Amino acid sequence: MKRSGLSQFTASILANSVYALGNYPAMMVSMFLSPFSILIVTFFVSNGALLPVAITGGMIMVMTYSGMSLQTDLAHLKNDFRVQDMVVSSPLSAGMYLFGMAVSELVYAIPAIAVLGALAALYVHTSILGYVTLIAVFLAMFSFSTCLGFFISTFTTDIMESWAYTGIISTILSALPPVYYPITYIPMQFRIIAYLSPATYAAEIAQNAIGFLPLTQAELATNWLVLIIISVVIGYVAIKKSRWRE
Amino acid sequence: MDRLVVTNLTKRYEKGKFALNRVSLTVPSSNGIFALIGRNGAGKTTLVRILATQLSPTSGSAHINGIDVVKEPEKLREIIACVPQEARAINWTTPKQFVYAYLLWRGYSFKEAAKRAVDSLKRLGIGGYMDTASRKLSGGTKRKVLVATVISSEAKIIFLDEPTTGLDPLSRNELWEKLAELKKDHFIFLTTHYLEEAEKLADRIAILENGKIMAQGTLDDLRKMVKYPYSITVLSQHKVQKPKNGEMIIGVDGHSQILTTEREAKEIARKLVGKGVKFSMNPISLDDIFYHIVRKPVEEEGNYDEEEWA
Repeated sequence: MKRSGLSQFTASILANSVYALGNYPAMMVSMFLSPFSILIVTFFVSNGALLPVAITGGMIMVMTYSGMSLQTDLAHLKNDFRVQDMVVSSPLSAGMYLFGMAVSELVYAIPAIAVLGALAALYVHTSILGYVTLIAVFLAMFSFSTCLGFFISTFTTDIMESWAYTGIISTILSALPPVYYPITYIPMQFRIIAYLSPATYAAEIAQNAIGFLPLTQAELATNWLVLIIISVVIGYVAIKKSRWRE
Repeated sequence: MDRLVVTNLTKRYEKGKFALNRVSLTVPSSNGIFALIGRNGAGKTTLVRILATQLSPTSGSAHINGIDVVKEPEKLREIIACVPQEARAINWTTPKQFVYAYLLWRGYSFKEAAKRAVDSLKRLGIGGYMDTASRKLSGGTKRKVLVATVISSEAKIIFLDEPTTGLDPLSRNELWEKLAELKKDHFIFLTTHYLEEAEKLADRIAILENGKIMAQGTLDDLRKMVKYPYSITVLSQHKVQKPKNGEMIIGVDGHSQILTTEREAKEIARKLVGKGVKFSMNPISLDDIFYHIVRKPVEEEGNYDEEEWA
């Protein structure tokens, strides 16, 4: 039998987001609120000066939240419905399942991406190369967080455990790094903590791309290198060490 | 070629506990139901998960239709489908949506998946619920949705891990009727701890206890493993003596069960009637065989009462 990759990809999107949103539309609002609440606070506190930075930061956080949501959704389907076991015993690869599930998370993020995109068109002004850089940063963070989310989900045994990991990782990826403001706002002695998070490197590249944070070529290259290495390592770990087939 | 050949399959978890200990099984090539029975924790789910390519064994081998479960999982997944223990249709989908998504995951075209989803739900007799949210369905209907899901595909080898656990007797019977129909064109590997279920449905049975296969074969084969063809169950707490020719088992509820010859069974029955003791007498069932195999008779434990019959 000839199997359709498009069908396999679409199945995850239908099961995890389209059908769910039909029942629980509040989920889309939830995905929308988190980045916007911080964006608004940043806007007021900075008298609007940090709006472009906060918009790109908001987009980075949407991508990161998508990955973290993937972790809980995968764990929910695996532990509460045993869907992952049904899927493992079928002609579907782990990669295709993950790809479909990852994209399904973006469906929830559509309103947030649309509004942030519209705000970016109004308030973020950069070159074509700058926009390409921003998109690359967003995709890198999305790829990193989804691989991390997939990896963790294969080990969790209960949704409570998944929520705990989401809390820990969200803190590391969103509270610690200077995503909504430049790293120069953090006192020097504490910056080392911010650099523990890959989101910091992503934010610096994004802030540089919109002309907010000057970086030397060496600093920019280092940021890219760190971001790529972390993404590749997490991707490798997700492929090789995840408990797809135990 | 045999349908299923398992050779010395062993699964040992990290703390050293054996979930399966050198399990060997052979099931001839045919459709029908193979029932794996055993107590909770006997290792049934571990065996299903290995055969359904979800779990790797520590050692040993298993082949289904000649395909190596360990070395050729991708090839095997083309022809199998599995309903894990405690599986549920996703709450926020309708049965039609769930079966449809499963078929798309298996790579069916959108059109074919839509047709098969409806046909399969109708075959299980739940076509009327296909657009109802799964969370609103009864327990029995939810299980039928899962069975409809796995039979909707081209897979003819189906693993059902305790599909009727927790169902009321009526729902269980309805599902049994469907499984009896499905076994005509599928090979169903069923685990259960309801012995009645295995007795009613299975063409072949294996008994798993503490990770070891204690017996396997048809029900007639298993009956031959017990020397005594009749079973008497004393329904009250009345203490009885071990038969001259037979075995006696004291159940957890304190009731005595005697396996013996037809002649002695009649004699015991006559004495029990005389004493006004409530009891039942039947040719041995799978329950008796199971207890005979997994539990030591009273004689071996030295735990029977010496009271005379009369």
